[in-house]
Amino acid sequence: MAIKILSEHFDTPGIETLEVYRSKGGYRAVEKALKTMSPDEVVEEVKKSGLRGRGGAGFPTGMKWSFIDKKSGNPRYLVCNADESEPGTFKDRHLMAKSPHSLVEGMIVSSYALGANLSYIYIRGELLYVLRILEKAIAEAYAAGLLGKNIMGTGYDLDLFVTPGGGAYICGEETALIESLEGKRGNPRNKPPFPAVKGLWQNPTVVNNVETIAAVPWIVNNTGDEYAKIGIGRSTGTKLISACGHLNKPGVYEIELGLPVEEFLYSDEYCGGIWKGRKLKAVVAGGSSVPILPAELILKTVNGENRLMSYESLSDGGFATGTMLGSGGFIAYDETSCIVRNTWNFSRFYHHESCGQCSPCREGTGWMEKVLHRIENGHGSMHDIDLLVDVAKKIEGNTICPLGDAAAWPVASAIRHFRHEFEWHIQHPAEATKPGAVYKPEFAAVTA
Amino acid sequence: MNETSQDIDFTFSPDELVEAKRLIAKFPEGKQKSAVLGLLHMAQAKWGWASVPAMDYVASLLDINPIEVYEVATFYTMFHLDKTGKYVLEVCRTSPCCLLGAEETVERLEAKLGIKVGQTTPDGLFTLKEVECLAACGFGPVIQIHEAYHEHMTPDNAEQLVDTLTSKALAQN
Repeated sequence: MAIKILSEHFDTPGIETLEVYRSKGGYRAVEKALKTMSPDEVVEEVKKSGLRGRGGAGFPTGMKWSFIDKKSGNPRYLVCNADESEPGTFKDRHLMAKSPHSLVEGMIVSSYALGANLSYIYIRGELLYVLRILEKAIAEAYAAGLLGKNIMGTGYDLDLFVTPGGGAYICGEETALIESLEGKRGNPRNKPPFPAVKGLWQNPTVVNNVETIAAVPWIVNNTGDEYAKIGIGRSTGTKLISACGHLNKPGVYEIELGLPVEEFLYSDEYCGGIWKGRKLKAVVAGGSSVPILPAELILKTVNGENRLMSYESLSDGGFATGTMLGSGGFIAYDETSCIVRNTWNFSRFYHHESCGQCSPCREGTGWMEKVLHRIENGHGSMHDIDLLVDVAKKIEGNTICPLGDAAAWPVASAIRHFRHEFEWHIQHPAEATKPGAVYKPEFAAVTA
Repeated sequence: MNETSQDIDFTFSPDELVEAKRLIAKFPEGKQKSAVLGLLHMAQAKWGWASVPAMDYVASLLDINPIEVYEVATFYTMFHLDKTGKYVLEVCRTSPCCLLGAEETVERLEAKLGIKVGQTTPDGLFTLKEVECLAACGFGPVIQIHEAYHEHMTPDNAEQLVDTLTSKALAQN
């Protein structure tokens, strides 16, 4: 039986209410932390746990917390990033809608650890219905004395609010999120200074993903050492994976890190295999930004080892033959999928979502979309493939925030692994533009 | 973006003002501007779109310059800068939904409604829009209509949804 830390009670009736949540052991971590531990001791447990940021970057959470400026004496804030917008990712929505108190409890314990007396959950504007679920849970917590002044008689005060975005992928980037939380356009800030020193309203701020914060109560209850025993190597604990695309059983699954990709894809406990009895063609393992891999490279590394669902195993081989765990947005493509069309679709997304602040991203994402559109529609030239690689290279690393990289990687990786499909589109426009036309391996002989 | 009926009263009701004040009170003294997105959502829910008078009213509630509201409303894609139909159908067009047939759903809706993406039906009932990823990728195609998510919106299901909404609107009239 797999370990369930975050999702154990997702299907327990009434778990969204304080009463049922508490009856299942909820809010024990608040009592333990506030009554028996110092804030630094909580930080220490999170450090020991090896918990890493679940939003995509995988940065060690305890270390991020230890960077917060406590010397200036300025108010400190914890901000929860619930701006889940990375294509393929729908785990946080699931967690918040199913078990809102898991996030509220995590916010209280984490805010205590950071010395924050005012914290926010910034949720993407499309999820107003989830915002209402969270506000109901927060109101229950206030009424029970778990939020507000003098929580559980410990002298610790915390106010917690939820506030919406307005539809902008870029606000998932932490400094853009802070700008948005200040009521402005979501333009990322230059770093340094980092939010831990100058964040919300120029005060020390930590921004953490929903799933990261929701894991903290378990760590407080069971110790960081126990959490670190779960998982594999430096990929400790469990991870919510949102699986979508051409699968028999798409959905949100909690896995112990280190689960073989093959088992995740094909076992009935998880995705249940590829739909309609078809073959797997490719996978985007960690949200649209990470490199796409062909079936053979997602199942095994280039050295023939089984690929595992962990930060290290998925990135084994670097970008040449590997990818990233990212946000856990797992998209499976069956053999009828057109990689060129999919790459154009992703490019359109990044062009649409670029904030426009940095020229390489603002212009480059538009060029990539345009060039891919003409290849997909039978007007491409062989030179266009190299042009795409060139544009992607010139965006990568040349922008204030990682959106530029996120736009470049899907294009570069699609060409790296599926160059023959782009060539086929260009050389056989009449064939390639027929509805539902997809490159098949047997075309290779003809193309060559 | 200036097409506005003269006889609309661009003020919140007393109950709505209570809610607006609650949103503003989430932020410390002097940081009320942070409530701009929340108030824009409220204004759009009430008047259907973010018209200039609606944005000016939001600015007055926050005691900020109207331009500070305009620059926000024009950045975030959820705010409609033109008049919309009674129901705004926002179909996700990003890859995971397309793998499950979102493009066919859009085509069917265009045929059914007799309009193209971005347009509103002449009876003012439906506006059809395409949006980027709605974070419901496992249950696509997804259509958002105001606050509600509608999942598994195959062409047939989407057509049925339009019929249901049409009957609902007729019953209301």
